[in-house]
Amino acid sequence: MINFTLNGLDVAVEKGFTLLEAAKFYGIELPTLCYNEALSPYGACRLCLVEVGIPGRSRLVSSCTYPAGEGLYVRTHSNRVIETRKLLIEMYLATCPGSKTIQDLASKYHVTRVRFKQKHEECILCGLCIRMCREQMQAKAIGFVERGGFRRISTPFEKKSEECRLCGGCMYICPACQARCQGPQEKSAVCNACLNLSPPCLERFDEMMCYMDPCVACEQNSRGEKSER
Amino acid sequence: MSAKGHCLCGEIQELTRDFNGSIIGVLHNIQEKYGYLPENILREVAKETGFSLIDVYSVATFYKAFKLEPKGKHVVCVCTGTACHVRGSDKAVEELSRMLGVDPGDTTSDGQYSLETVNCLGACALAPLVVVDDHYQAQVTPAKVRKMFQEYAANSSEANLPAGR
Ligand code: FES
Ligand code: FES
Repeated sequence: MINFTLNGLDVAVEKGFTLLEAAKFYGIELPTLCYNEALSPYGACRLCLVEVGIPGRSRLVSSCTYPAGEGLYVRTHSNRVIETRKLLIEMYLATCPGSKTIQDLASKYHVTRVRFKQKHEECILCGLCIRMCREQMQAKAIGFVERGGFRRISTPFEKKSEECRLCGGCMYICPACQARCQGPQEKSAVCNACLNLSPPCLERFDEMMCYMDPCVACEQNSRGEKSER
Repeated sequence: MSAKGHCLCGEIQELTRDFNGSIIGVLHNIQEKYGYLPENILREVAKETGFSLIDVYSVATFYKAFKLEPKGKHVVCVCTGTACHVRGSDKAVEELSRMLGVDPGDTTSDGQYSLETVNCLGACALAPLVVVDDHYQAQVTPAKVRKMFQEYAANSSEANLPAGR
């Protein structure tokens, strides 16, 4: 067993645990984008960061790749962690505002603005699809090509890969390709639309109509007709 | 040497003979032999070494030293690293691309010359630096480039200077 301090608590975990696993084990939730239990940790997104070391001499590490060590002093929700995490989410929003996963993270961690140049990427290079293809599907059909600002995910020679069995695992695991909800503020970088609306099924209906047309719950469309489906 | 057609087994054996778990050396061998990395050779090499094709391709695209397209017979390489840049390497690039009639990164239509740029060749004291095949030319100016090129073309009979633009 490894003994260390987690948010002021004395905790003990089995040897080989990462800090992320330890935090999970003790019921502390940390956001992640590039981590999946069934895949090897990769440490690309940095969202899972925690502060290791006594105040004044601490540093930020990615908890999904950092092994729990004897006597560590770990804080998962210090000011520094929270500020950095928010900044990271803000940057992800600036890169890839069309992703539901990222919008959800923004809502959850109260990121309400984007101060960076707005882009509309489709990929955040988290490498989940590559690891899925390689480790779970044993296919090795896709990987990173080129480098630096040109780095992207592709198949060998940009052709359809012979190894690919069209399993769709890469899309299943992708945090960026699930489109965000197409609610009222579709164009804005930060969604938060659901936070600005009262719940779709109101007790008093008046002029308001849920943006889902027809509404999934009451199955009425915007003209107040009951839908066929 | 053609990279297509007949059985490649012998060649692949030759190219991978000093394979020691790292693919980079093999890629260098291929590049030395063909001047670039032909796709069919990479496919065979991946099979031979047990690397997955995507890994080979990742490495091949990661390093600027590897080319996936055929290069010209002679490679003209201008350093545009920091030191060379401040000492005016862009002038040399301009002059060369005017003389050869190609943009940096391209090859002349007769397949004789490729014009390339790199970021620092590790000889900053000689900046700006131009390398033609294995000949280093230090502290170049546009005039020097022209002269050097004429000499070079005269020395190697087949390497005639293209008309330029
Ligand atoms: S989850 Fe740890 S770096 Fe992405
Ligand atoms: S910058 Fe040209 S050799 Fe270093």
